[in-house]
Amino acid sequence: MSQVIEYSEKVMDHFNHPRNVGEIENPSGVGKVGNAKCGDIMRIYLDIDDSSAKKPEDGIIRDVKFKTFGCGAAVATSSIATEIIKGKTVGEALKLTNKAVQEALGGLPAVKIHCSLLAEEAVHAALWDYAEKKGIIIEGLEPAVKDIEERAE
Amino acid sequence: MSDLVYMDNAATTKVAPEVYEAIKPYFEEYYGNASSVYRFAGEARKVVDEARETVAEFLGAKANEIYFTGGGSESDNWALKGIAHALKNKGNHIITTKIEHHAILHTCEYLERQGFEITYLDVDEYGRVIPSELEKNIRPDTILISIMFANNEIGTIEPIKEIGAIAHKHGVLFHTDAVQAYGHIRIDVDELNIDLLSASGHKFNGPKGIGILYIRNSVKIGPFIHGGAQERSRRAGTHNTPGIVGFGAATKLANERLEARHAHEIELRDYLVSRVITEIPYTKYNGHPTERLSNNANFSFRFIEGESLLIMLDGENVCASSGSACTSGSLDPSHVLLAIGLPHEIAHGSLRLTLSEYNTREEVDFVIDKLKTIVERLRSMSPLYEDFVKAGN
Repeated sequence: MSQVIEYSEKVMDHFNHPRNVGEIENPSGVGKVGNAKCGDIMRIYLDIDDSSAKKPEDGIIRDVKFKTFGCGAAVATSSIATEIIKGKTVGEALKLTNKAVQEALGGLPAVKIHCSLLAEEAVHAALWDYAEKKGIIIEGLEPAVKDIEERAE
Repeated sequence: MSDLVYMDNAATTKVAPEVYEAIKPYFEEYYGNASSVYRFAGEARKVVDEARETVAEFLGAKANEIYFTGGGSESDNWALKGIAHALKNKGNHIITTKIEHHAILHTCEYLERQGFEITYLDVDEYGRVIPSELEKNIRPDTILISIMFANNEIGTIEPIKEIGAIAHKHGVLFHTDAVQAYGHIRIDVDELNIDLLSASGHKFNGPKGIGILYIRNSVKIGPFIHGGAQERSRRAGTHNTPGIVGFGAATKLANERLEARHAHEIELRDYLVSRVITEIPYTKYNGHPTERLSNNANFSFRFIEGESLLIMLDGENVCASSGSACTSGSLDPSHVLLAIGLPHEIAHGSLRLTLSEYNTREEVDFVIDKLKTIVERLRSMSPLYEDFVKAGN
């Protein structure tokens, strides 16, 4: 019925003590990716301070929260992704890659790589929502996907 | 209470101390090859025969109908491939179900690639085969019906006697994968119309790496492992004397204690189920309410995912199992839970707890308390639960 999944200490730490779990009221942007069918859904909330930003990319991510339905790796990748982008600029957050998420977690089992992709896409989806709400164009940001398979196709 | 709370007895069981004691001399003292001529090997030969007698008696079979194998998966492979091969001139159609163990399903897929046609029967919402559906699917070229005795995930017991009767009415052989049932339910192969039956030692407090295939004497089947005269030249390989002794000893123990184990497990299981479904909201109890293994409880907790649940239980030293996709190595959750009609997202949140005579009430209370906290914590992190609450529920 099940197989052993070996997680790194860092993954277990983020799973057992996830950072930034929760919701933000009136967020600057919200992104949700994944689907219940495959067993992973992530939702990321952003609170962006763009009061002194000259360009859209300069807005500062003042706060970030997440909620995740999924396996240990899905929780850990969401947690570390929020930790990485918190306090960063929009431009910096946009550069977050699934590879960076994996490295920050000390690696992921091969069958769990898609969780890191999901975390990257959830951040992008939240940024896209922010850009749409604001009516701005953030350079390098592509329209949000609902699931990672859409990107792969 | 011991440090480890083991509630995954459908995965494997502890070797009973009585069984372990019975096995020991066949590692240390009587290590002779049961096929050798000298007197020193006589003891090994004698105990292999005795174990075979014990098993035969337990099943209402003859000793020469019991074949020792390397385990349940081998027995399933032998039954299916052996019958398919032996009867291929008679027909190429086999009937099984959608909820079988992969030892059956993957063997069937292999046979499909060899040109056999397989019908995978649906089951009802409790996981039971509908006998009339089985009968409708029998064709003139049907050579074998293989339906599990009891399901490993949800514990549902199939209407074996009826299935066997239908098979025999149509002159079709009936095999049952009884890996979860043997040693837990009393089985009489004649009364239940069974022609072939697979069982595995480690599922009922015996050792791993030993199983049996019961083959009715009238059944025509070739050898599965070639290379020696063991097991009436049908299953070559030096006899696994300690394993066989262990299988026999575990059978004897099961025969003596079956009703007592049953009563203990049912008491604990029913207590567990009633507390979980009343104290944890949005929980579904999967499987049949009464026609199920005495030690099996299977739940789906909505809005959460099974692997996370298992890791958190593991953090509390509780061993359990789930049918979520993340624990199966694929994107789809358990084929059994899908077959009983659960939507994917509910199947992902499943938890299987399988008890034994060694579990205590104190352990059950401990697991329920931990479960309540863990489910609540995972729900508080779940976007599905958030949506559900915001939708005004």
